[in-house]
Amino acid sequence: MRILRRTLIFGLCAAALVSTISCKKPAADGSATEATEIAIGHYASMTGSTAHFGQDTDRGVRLAIEEANARGGVLGKKLKLVTLDTRGDSAEAANAVNRLIDVEKVSAVLGEVASSLSLAGGRVAQRRKIPMISPTSTNPKVTEVGDYIFRVCFIDPFQGKVMATFARQNLKFDKVAILKDVKNDYSIGLADAFRKSFSALGGTIVVEQSYSQGDTDFSAQVTAIRGTQAQAVFVPGYYSEVGTIARTADRLGLKVPLLGGDGWDSPDLFKIGGDAINGSYFSDHFAPDVATEKSKAFVANFTKKYGQAPTGLGALGYEAALVLIDSIKRAGKNDPAAIRDAIAATKDFEGVTGKITIDAQRNPQKSAVVLKVEGGKAKFETSIAP
Amino acid sequence: MTQFLQQLINGLSLGSIYALIALGYTMVYGILKLINFAHGEVFMVGAYTGFYAAGFLGVADFEAQNHSFPLYLALLVLIIAMAAAALLGMTIEFLAYRPVRSAPRLTPLITAIGVSLFLQNAGMLLFSPNPQRYPAILSEVRFAVFGVIVTNIKLTIFAVALCLMFGLHLFVQKTWTGRAMRALSFNIDAAKLMGIDTNQVIRVTFAIGSALAAAGGILFGLDQITINPLMGVLTGLKAFVAAVLGGIGSIPGAVVGGLLIGLAEQLTAGYLSPEYRDAITFLILILILLLKPEGLLGVVRVEKV
Amino acid sequence: MRALIRFGIAALILLAIYGLEFGVEAAFTEYVQRIILLAGINVILAVGLNLINGTTGQFSIGHAGFMAVGAYGAAFVGVKLAPPVHGALGSGPLADAVVFNVALLVGALFAGISGLIVGMPSLRLRGDYLAVVTLGFGEIIRILFNNATFLGSATGYSGDDPSGLPAYTNFFWVFAWATAIVTLIHNLTFSQTGRSLTAIREDEIAAEAMATPTTRLKVTAFAISAATAGVAGGLFAHMQAGVRPEDFRFERSIDMIVMIIVGGLGSISGAILGGIFVAVSLELMRDLQQYRLVLYALLLIVIMIVRPEGLLGTRELHHLLRRKKTAKPATPTESA
Repeated sequence: MRILRRTLIFGLCAAALVSTISCKKPAADGSATEATEIAIGHYASMTGSTAHFGQDTDRGVRLAIEEANARGGVLGKKLKLVTLDTRGDSAEAANAVNRLIDVEKVSAVLGEVASSLSLAGGRVAQRRKIPMISPTSTNPKVTEVGDYIFRVCFIDPFQGKVMATFARQNLKFDKVAILKDVKNDYSIGLADAFRKSFSALGGTIVVEQSYSQGDTDFSAQVTAIRGTQAQAVFVPGYYSEVGTIARTADRLGLKVPLLGGDGWDSPDLFKIGGDAINGSYFSDHFAPDVATEKSKAFVANFTKKYGQAPTGLGALGYEAALVLIDSIKRAGKNDPAAIRDAIAATKDFEGVTGKITIDAQRNPQKSAVVLKVEGGKAKFETSIAP
Repeated sequence: MTQFLQQLINGLSLGSIYALIALGYTMVYGILKLINFAHGEVFMVGAYTGFYAAGFLGVADFEAQNHSFPLYLALLVLIIAMAAAALLGMTIEFLAYRPVRSAPRLTPLITAIGVSLFLQNAGMLLFSPNPQRYPAILSEVRFAVFGVIVTNIKLTIFAVALCLMFGLHLFVQKTWTGRAMRALSFNIDAAKLMGIDTNQVIRVTFAIGSALAAAGGILFGLDQITINPLMGVLTGLKAFVAAVLGGIGSIPGAVVGGLLIGLAEQLTAGYLSPEYRDAITFLILILILLLKPEGLLGVVRVEKV
Repeated sequence: MRALIRFGIAALILLAIYGLEFGVEAAFTEYVQRIILLAGINVILAVGLNLINGTTGQFSIGHAGFMAVGAYGAAFVGVKLAPPVHGALGSGPLADAVVFNVALLVGALFAGISGLIVGMPSLRLRGDYLAVVTLGFGEIIRILFNNATFLGSATGYSGDDPSGLPAYTNFFWVFAWATAIVTLIHNLTFSQTGRSLTAIREDEIAAEAMATPTTRLKVTAFAISAATAGVAGGLFAHMQAGVRPEDFRFERSIDMIVMIIVGGLGSISGAILGGIFVAVSLELMRDLQQYRLVLYALLLIVIMIVRPEGLLGTRELHHLLRRKKTAKPATPTESA
């Protein structure tokens, strides 16, 4: 009797589980893409520790798609955007791209933010011959994967040089420490680039410390840096840790400015960093307070639709989508190979983050801005061209 | 030298928090011979309860006006968190551990892992996976002593940890329930025969252990600046290693173990490499289990057939 | 004669798998194919883990570490071996097959050796302690890979080609290896050695009193289990562009435990079912991704409370069928 009862309960639970799983399936397949639509995929980390990156990029992409559809679409068809969550995991990224291609039948993909995820997704896209534009991945390896992979942002060798130049020439520092995230391709690449440029400009890297994405205790590293004569610390990591690092430095009496890259770009940086992050600088793609006509309109529309101002990532998401839409138009047909060729031929495209010409390595030549953190906000400090 | 002292202070304050959590592990294992894997998550829930309680009591307003959060409110937050954690601990015991108490050793182990996973992921869903800045329940004051920076928070951690541990020690030695707990840890069946309500004692054990973990959670948040739903995973594991190091079932052992692990971790991070700070704890576990399995202050138990 | 028959059967099975491969590749999209491959890899993981956790009753929760060793080993050896082998045999499927299988075997060997290294000290411990120590070793292995610069550290190892590791893994190899390993473990479990392992699970002290070399058997079972995890790791690696320490976190070990618990701790058929279940539910719950681990956790708890023996307990599918045929009244045995 007892066995019967237990088996019944077990069977019920199993049935419940199976039904919850299968219930979701029809929705998961989504509505089939009609012949009058062009499907575009976006894979981004909508959840997880870098959720802010993915979400803001997606907002930018979505805005661009909606504006295009409002103007009548492309090649007489409406654009359909499908966004899949990678949860910040590179295996998921590969899965997501596969799914976008097989289930959603997309003609092109946008994504990802993080370079390691772009590498994973990019290899799939390259193999399946679907063009991919990464809005914000700055690691040079991403576009080296193959000729179907592009990006609309600058790359880390340039970004490292930007901050090195700024530190050396604008701030006149000659001794800097580096605190990098060894779990993160982006951070390692950017640190390497900075180190090379800073030394070439005559500066010295006094010490290099490291941490792992997800760490919460940085007192050991900060204490070690405090014992050197560093005039600044280059922290090319993500906002989730930089805020805490700033507070730890402030608490332990390390009163030098921090320098960083576009990984800092998130409102959470200020929320966690508080006063401790004031007086620090970071390089980015876009300064919300300095605008051209086009970018002013973009910022206004973005804020109206989403109730918050865009970060550099939102702007780049928008940018990537615009370039893709323009390329589809120039390609003249909804064919991945033709779209790929059109993207490669992009020249002097007027975007919100500057003029974009895709070079032979499938990267754009763009300037970077350096932002200063003051009063809980990022303000434009200077701009550095390649 | 300053660097060494600084790392030392950091290590001791971290270690005190490990000690607070380790006490919960050691008490439960002493009685039930079960590693309560979910204890790390109770620590996390305690920290988050403090976070939300402080928010509810208006800590943001105090911060905006640069006033310090009143002490009586801070104590209220602590009490709320400890009570909530105690409730959670008792609920876990009742729902997940009691039904399998008489099952072969493997079953409660898997159940415990399941509860731990459940709380971690439920936490990520409820509390958002992003790190949250811990509110200034205690305003930070820093002193420099011989170039070493000590904050009032670190001093509070030592003080609170010491008081709670001393209090627990008195409880276990002098009160009736404490004596019952010790009896159960010697032989649970004999205790039952002696008329002790084992269920009640086990409930109390879980409650106390969880409350201590919650206190540790709030202190952790204040010291480490941010909290996130997975904070209990590694911290809990390290606290367990601390309990084993000190001698599982021994309360002074948990304290000693906690401090040692905290020191080892901080010194490894400072002088070897931050990459290995977690590995050193596991290494210590393996070494102690190989060389002196009963722990530093533990007693060798003979397994009878 | 017997050996010839066995050889013939093996060859037929391999041919069947080869034929199936064409069917699968024609019928399903790449997306679904990937799930099928993952299911096959999971089967290998589950059956291997079941040998030590289920049959021998030594609960290890750090097996992701051995999978990592196998993955890195196979990836590294594969990349280094490819040029000389391609030079000798040209660059056709034969060369690929040789490189891949040698790489897998080397990866499995490394994993088995690490299994020995971990097993020897740990298997003196019992129950909870063993679990925590294996967890610790799993983490240590991952941290070591995280810091190994010649293997790419945290960003992972993807060989010398910018497009990543060669995608050797396909239906045929996964299921050929899966069949081989399942057969191996099945034969081991139902042999004298397997009975000794079961004896260790049921009552180790009694087994030792019966002159069973418990420590030697435990360590051997552990090493074999680690080696199979290594094979799975090698297969997994060549499905991805690269191998990263991130792929082998504690969550991976948990997935493996769910596989064997759901199917029934100690049952090979159960492990197979559990492996397939985890791979399939992973994809079906894609939209519920955030809830997946919560549901797995609840599943573990509920199973432990309501039906700790899982789906099949320690029985095998073919035993159930046999019992029905002889129509013996089944005596319900209560688990203690």
